[in-house]
Amino acid sequence: MDTYSILREIADSWVLLAMTLFFLGVIAWAFRPGSKSVHAETANIPFRNEVKPGSVEAPASTDASIKELQS
Amino acid sequence: MGNYVKLVVLGIITLLAAIAANWGRDIAYVVHAVIIMLVAGYLFLRTLRQTDEPVKAFATDGYMDDVVRAGVIATTFWGVVGFLVGVVIAFQLAFPALNFEFLQPFGNFGRLRPLHTSAVIFAFGGNALIMSSFYIVQRTCGARLWGGNLSWFVFWGYNLFIVLAATGYLLGSTQSKEYAEPEWYVDIWLTIVWLAYLAVYLGTIFNRKEKHIYVANWFLLSFIITVAMLHLVNNISIPVSIWGSKSVQLFSGVQDAMTQWWYGHNAVGFFLTAGFLGMMYYFVPKQAGRPVFSYKLSIIHFWALIFLYIWAGPHHLHYTALPDWASTLGMVFSIILWMPSWGGMINGLMTLQGAWDKLRTDPIIRMMVISLAFYGMSTFEGPMMSIRAVNSLSHYTDWTIGHVHSGALGWNGMITFSALYFLAPRLWGKASMYSMSAINWHFWLATIGIILYAASMWVTGIMEGLMWREVDANGFLVNSFADTVSAKFPMLVVRGLGGVLYLVGALIMAWNIFMTIKGGERQKALVGVPSV
Repeated sequence: MDTYSILREIADSWVLLAMTLFFLGVIAWAFRPGSKSVHAETANIPFRNEVKPGSVEAPASTDASIKELQS
Repeated sequence: MGNYVKLVVLGIITLLAAIAANWGRDIAYVVHAVIIMLVAGYLFLRTLRQTDEPVKAFATDGYMDDVVRAGVIATTFWGVVGFLVGVVIAFQLAFPALNFEFLQPFGNFGRLRPLHTSAVIFAFGGNALIMSSFYIVQRTCGARLWGGNLSWFVFWGYNLFIVLAATGYLLGSTQSKEYAEPEWYVDIWLTIVWLAYLAVYLGTIFNRKEKHIYVANWFLLSFIITVAMLHLVNNISIPVSIWGSKSVQLFSGVQDAMTQWWYGHNAVGFFLTAGFLGMMYYFVPKQAGRPVFSYKLSIIHFWALIFLYIWAGPHHLHYTALPDWASTLGMVFSIILWMPSWGGMINGLMTLQGAWDKLRTDPIIRMMVISLAFYGMSTFEGPMMSIRAVNSLSHYTDWTIGHVHSGALGWNGMITFSALYFLAPRLWGKASMYSMSAINWHFWLATIGIILYAASMWVTGIMEGLMWREVDANGFLVNSFADTVSAKFPMLVVRGLGGVLYLVGALIMAWNIFMTIKGGERQKALVGVPSV
């Protein structure tokens, strides 16, 4: 067989299977038990380290401050 | 010691560039050689003046924000330039007389068009991505940018790439690949700059103080890596002469076409989508003051997007020499892609859950919401247009142009504007933007501009497609090509006006950012975090 046909056959079978399994594995991993607290912790990263490494951010803009701004 | 090595390298580059300027075979190459000679010569003198002088100490414990500040200015500048060229070529299409005789060949539509696309995508969008990724990666890692002045090299190197690309188009140097027009030596330069960018980014992630890598960094990293891969494969070419800009592609025929649209569509997917989603996943939660709606959904969004996007390219080549199986594959993956795209849009919008009232008071949030709305709209329109039957009507018509612009002006433009409004006061230590009502004006001008643009392109595109396929009872085509051109005139004018509104909005933004930097303190305190 020529190179194209060999590569094509591998891509159509084992590589396709491997990539599908990897993809499903990643999704399953996201739903693993105990992921909830990890995700909550990670999702809050933008609210730390704002000014310099290790700093805790000042509270985000409140409605009052925006109202004040409008006036 | 380091300075001596630098001096030797810069001296050699200056000399070689001078030789290249002398021996260059075409005007673009000569001009580029002169530009490189001047840049390298300037850097040589600058390094020489600093050599054996006492080194000034500066604080390295905070974040490196100088380069982000430069990026904000560059993004604003290139945005205005790119939109301006866009308005010019829009009116050139409506009024061909605007291809002025005295400007030929430089002011021709054919040469200005790649200048516009590269200026908005790579200059405006690219600077926005580099600047905001440098900001985001530092904050989400709790670490200073890795590599010292390497990030400055990335900034200036990337902007040099843009200058070389832009002057090259005007002077007629192009390898005729859409969105990959720059010739071989410009491609090599971009490769060097991009690897430095990857090094800075990865180095910072390795130094992170946070245990986990925030999802914005996943998107931005996939953008950097994939663009490197796309750029390298699509630009495999052999220069005709080392003293000339012309090169010959290694691929030919349908292989070349497939490689080009594998590149072209993934440039959309990873440059204009994944990269800007990285911005979205940081700036939307920050501005809303609450974490992203579902972190799980963002992970699934990421993996689904990168697994699917890479296959979607062949939908650009329906009804060509490309085998049917390949074009069907591209079509199927494009349609599946609709799901992760909308998952991401919903994730962004739902982040505002419980904070929807901010839509009324905060024009920056409003910009983010409209940007996500356009992301959703164009990622619905795109899969639909990739269906072969729809494509037979839409392909080669202005519908495609309208689709691209609702994505680019709506999604990429709006999220970048909101990022600039978010960053400018923080980076220059101001309480807020100079004028909130100017942001409001910008919002409405840009939104109405996009609507005029997209609506007129739908009308003209579908009309064009229908006119091209119209046959009479005997099977003869009813319309000549010139008939469609004259029928398009009113819509082309409306499109140009939409572009004018969008440009005016960007000019207002540029003024607003300038006044903010200059120190206007007209508004009372918002959040305001002084930067280091």
